[in-house]
Amino acid sequence: MEKKISVKVCLGTTCFVMGSANLQELIEMVPKKYGEKVEVTGVPCLGLCSIDWEFSKAPYVKVDEDVIKEATVEKVLKAIDDKLAAMN
Amino acid sequence: MAINTPKQTSHLKREILVRLIRAFLSDDFAENARLIPYDMRPKGHEVPYRCCIYKERAILRDRAVAGLGHSIEETDDSELLSNLAEKALERTQPDEKPLTVLTTACKGCVPSRIYVTDLCQGCVARPCVNTCKFGAISVINGKSVIDPAKCKNCGMCAQVCPYQAIQKIIVPCENACPVGAITKGEDGHAKIDFDKCISCGKCVSACPFGAVHEKSQIIDVLKNIKAGKKVIAMVAPAIMGQLPCTPQQLKEAIQELGFADVYEVAQGADVTTKTEAAEFVERLEKGAEFMTTSCCAGYNELVDKHIPEIKPYRSDTKTPMYYTAEIVKKEHPDAVTVFFSPCVAKRREALQNPNVDYVLNYEEIGAWFVAVGVQVSECGESKFKTEASAEARNYAVTGGVAKAVQTLLPEEIPAHPVIIDGLNKQSIRDLKKYAKNGMCELGNLIEVMACPGGCLGGNATVNAYKPALKQLTNYVNASESLKSTEK
Ligand code: SF4
Ligand code: SF4
Ligand code: FES
Repeated sequence: MEKKISVKVCLGTTCFVMGSANLQELIEMVPKKYGEKVEVTGVPCLGLCSIDWEFSKAPYVKVDEDVIKEATVEKVLKAIDDKLAAMN
Repeated sequence: MAINTPKQTSHLKREILVRLIRAFLSDDFAENARLIPYDMRPKGHEVPYRCCIYKERAILRDRAVAGLGHSIEETDDSELLSNLAEKALERTQPDEKPLTVLTTACKGCVPSRIYVTDLCQGCVARPCVNTCKFGAISVINGKSVIDPAKCKNCGMCAQVCPYQAIQKIIVPCENACPVGAITKGEDGHAKIDFDKCISCGKCVSACPFGAVHEKSQIIDVLKNIKAGKKVIAMVAPAIMGQLPCTPQQLKEAIQELGFADVYEVAQGADVTTKTEAAEFVERLEKGAEFMTTSCCAGYNELVDKHIPEIKPYRSDTKTPMYYTAEIVKKEHPDAVTVFFSPCVAKRREALQNPNVDYVLNYEEIGAWFVAVGVQVSECGESKFKTEASAEARNYAVTGGVAKAVQTLLPEEIPAHPVIIDGLNKQSIRDLKKYAKNGMCELGNLIEVMACPGGCLGGNATVNAYKPALKQLTNYVNASESLKSTEK
């Protein structure tokens, strides 16, 4: 069995206020779109927002070890697609 | 329009607020406020949105001016943010007008009109020409052309074109405003007529350039907390769906910001429900055909400014904000009270209520948490001294107020609720009709909410609508019904 891609949507306060409130739809959408291949969860603060002024780049999403800054639904889906393409 | 669609403009507005709060809390507020546009767009920074870095900085400066609570309209362009920061500290009262339009940010959208696009095939049927009642369309060189002198913007031609080649160009703010209060002035930029404006906040959400700002009172509140005053938060019901934590954690988190205590406005909503239910019975017994609710500040301003004829039908019951503030000031006469609001309209209501000193919206609270690094889900739990009912906590959802009132009605006098889920030109026409006819054929208890979806759809909410509704509903379901507490 191949390894699953892991998507962590930061739902810590900073990311939530700066926009991850609108990324919550990924949590329903991703399993529907990709099934077993991708695992998506909402997680508490990833610790990225508190470094210096990095709150301004929130919301953050991690796709495996890659960090997506100022994440949007489209950016995250593209990152997943790229990962999947690279695996095949 | 979908409710609470994600917007880059919200990100910008919130970032400015975070930076202003951090500047206030730093050892040099004025200087750090002055630097905000340069910190956000330092030399060599990419220019994501506008023509050049200078324009971006100028707009960020204006956003900060609004964040400091000033009017762009009344502020000189040459004034430094550092001076304006100091002026904000001297202010003793919030400004009358809750909104300000940034002419720098306003694109001066092209005037609303009907426009023939390239898709026009110059067809033989020419339904556009035949449909236009004003003879404004002719076909020139195989394409439809609209004579602007004759066109009345009715849009009929756009509806009949088989290629959908004719489009209506809209100005988003004008199009969103239900009362025609925001229009493009002579200089081409949007301007709000505050004699007409009902503070519904729709233009704030609608402008794709984020040109309409609320004038923030965040500095005023920070100042009172810093001065050691006893500042008490009154949180409107919709807040319980806004942040990723439990209501009890939220109370604790707000106290961590320096607030002395937190009251749920739902507590006042319980008084509203009881008073309004009694009033409904009395009115119907006296022969009234219908009554409208009176808790939405946007609706109340609409009635006062545009539909005075419906006043006799509007409930005289006060709003949840009113009763809550009354309770708080009775218990703590020395307190400074701050209402936590999902919308602009409550700012206007607060100005008219001596028991409410300031209003902060949910974006501002969120920005405050970000600025000081409070992770709400890691906060401890703190209980509210008075627990509100399930029905009161559900006031934030469209239909919730009518449902609450219904809970307390006697069986002989049932309510048939009519829900106005958001004010727009059509619902305003409907309300006028009910007032004129003295009756509403659809029911007898008209609940009016200016925002679609209720307060959860307010212009200054943080959470997306669906998850907010889910979170709030969980809280409501875990609360006791008014029925069981009444008996
Ligand atoms: S929507 Fe209105 S306020 Fe926004 S850019 Fe256009 S004209 Fe200006
Ligand atoms: S707040 Fe509402 S009433 Fe006032 S100008 Fe904006 S859209 Fe119009
Ligand atoms: S809240 Fe997302 S990284 Fe801290």
